[in-house]
Amino acid sequence: MSDDGRITHVAGTGVPVRGNDIDTDRIIPARYLREITFETLGPHAFEDERRQLNGKHPFDDPRFTGAGVLVVNRNFGSGSSREHAPQALMRRGIKAIVGESFAEIFFGNCTTIGIPCLTLPATQIESLQSLIEEAPETSLAIDVGSGAITAGQATYQAELPASVREAFVSGEWDALSSLLESGDAISAVHDRLPYISGWPAR
Amino acid sequence: MGHTLLDKVWDAHTVRELPNGQTQLFIGLHLVHEVTSPQAFQMLAERGLSVRYPALTFATVDHIIPTDGSTRPYVDGMAEQMFVAIEQNIERTGIPFFDRSTGRQGIVHVIGPELGLTQPGMTIACGDSHTSTHGAFGAIAFGIGTSQVRDVLATQTISVAKPKCRRISVNGKLADGVFAKDVILAIIGRLGVQGGVGYAYEYAGDVFDAMSMDERMTVCNMSIEGGARVGYVNPDETAYAYLQDREYAPKGDDFDSARQWWSDVASDADAAFDDQVDIEGESIAPMVTWGVNPGQVLGVDELIPSPNDVEGLERRSIEDALDHMKLAPGAPIAGTPIDVAFVGSCTNSRISDLREAARVAEGGRVPAHVKALVVPGSQQVKTEAEAEGLDDVFRAAGFEWRDAGCSMCLAMNPDKLVNDQVCASSSNRNFKGRQGSPLGRTLLMSPAMVAAAAVAGEVTDVRALAAG
Repeated sequence: MSDDGRITHVAGTGVPVRGNDIDTDRIIPARYLREITFETLGPHAFEDERRQLNGKHPFDDPRFTGAGVLVVNRNFGSGSSREHAPQALMRRGIKAIVGESFAEIFFGNCTTIGIPCLTLPATQIESLQSLIEEAPETSLAIDVGSGAITAGQATYQAELPASVREAFVSGEWDALSSLLESGDAISAVHDRLPYISGWPAR
Repeated sequence: MGHTLLDKVWDAHTVRELPNGQTQLFIGLHLVHEVTSPQAFQMLAERGLSVRYPALTFATVDHIIPTDGSTRPYVDGMAEQMFVAIEQNIERTGIPFFDRSTGRQGIVHVIGPELGLTQPGMTIACGDSHTSTHGAFGAIAFGIGTSQVRDVLATQTISVAKPKCRRISVNGKLADGVFAKDVILAIIGRLGVQGGVGYAYEYAGDVFDAMSMDERMTVCNMSIEGGARVGYVNPDETAYAYLQDREYAPKGDDFDSARQWWSDVASDADAAFDDQVDIEGESIAPMVTWGVNPGQVLGVDELIPSPNDVEGLERRSIEDALDHMKLAPGAPIAGTPIDVAFVGSCTNSRISDLREAARVAEGGRVPAHVKALVVPGSQQVKTEAEAEGLDDVFRAAGFEWRDAGCSMCLAMNPDKLVNDQVCASSSNRNFKGRQGSPLGRTLLMSPAMVAAAAVAGEVTDVRALAAG
């Protein structure tokens, strides 16, 4: 990220986490939501699965240490709206996620905190995951504006909805500044809604 | 060509189109609970912003609150810290707060409707994915993340893309022993847990027309489990009758005026939808999940699927689910022994849910090795149930009768599964670890089916009990 918040390129090594429908309870178990800050979440990403796999989870695999690009399969981030899930991944060092598809609230939460989520067809996800597993040192370069991903000799053309791409490239992925600009227009909607401003006499 | 309720509510609440192409959407009602709000208030403070319309946000405590009669300060220091945080934030901002002392505390998606805060034609947001529940009234209701909670507090708006609209029509009649929970589980089973991504679901047809508001809330609640962030039913006489005389609902002439506005907001008869799905009500059986997401579901009289039925990553999903659930492919789901039975959650903890569960539990006896608990959705539901004597029915049958909260749906309070216990649960998610033990196993079903499983000690077809 540049100083003005523009996110145009993401580079780093990859970490594949395989499986469809990986929900946000798996990404960050609910007990870690008993916290008034996001700061402490990083070490707990995928905690229960990592414990069960006894060191064999990709997040514990030394080959993937320091990875910045998470590569996942279908419907990643389903379930709970907890922003704690992308916050935990971000604090673990994840800067972008490439997957076959994402759950809607998770995708929006990622955008709002500056993590681009790009999509590729299932077969290409499979190929990218295999490539990373075979050569974990491969550096991935994501051009957020064009969706082009290069991984060593391989290239992929990923997708990102135009509005989201624009948000990253322009540096306005955190919408609050834009939202704050419409003060008068907000008041106008507030004042015209009868359930707020009073029901018309009959 | 007419418009959908989604179109009309969206237009009425649009502040402007943002440069990024999304809509800046005004949020008419914002609900807050203790888990997803502290960081939002903190972010607001860090930017020197105040709450723009404190009167449009309402707060309660539900996720972490103990249901066993514990009092403050809570033994769990982290839980206590979160209660202190929300109290301080409420104190600072002047947001109305329904804590236990008010008698109106409860699960945020139970108390919003119960207090008459939730009304047709509104936009509603809450830092909780089951906010879709409020769509039962013909509101457009979203789950949002904590940064968006901050956005609503600061501006009363969010940046959001308008979803497409899929109408799901369920016509005909439901069989005895088949409930709203079975309808939504059948829909998710058919369309998949990702089928609704990018869509709002409009639920239409005879079956939803005939449902009570409690039942419609159960359906809309689980829209998100099918991937749809928003689900709604058009407002009608059933909704208006429910709202009459509720604390925050309009009264007298205002009610008549509101009623006109509410009926105008319903989808037009010639509205165009992006997609249409039709399901026969008669085809739906009592449903039970066998896997680790709500789409892995079957009729109680069906057999657990085999990984050999499919290929690729889908096969791996089934293998993985069966491995976690320790269930055998091809075996009947009926007869699966249970260790715990949980009636509660924002899906199924309202008075009608407790009545149906009590009707099945009455005269039965939960076996000694099964732990069964009933957790009412709100203090008001609890009071109403006790006035009807439902608590006595449950206690006599061996169920624990608890205080209001989210409880074992997500196990953020002391109510948790232990080790690999199997839980018959009226909640909404059977994800691995969801009920507090990483190895815990959840079978989602209707409250009546949970009660039947509790007294039988195993998954049981509630239709057989009704016939007997």
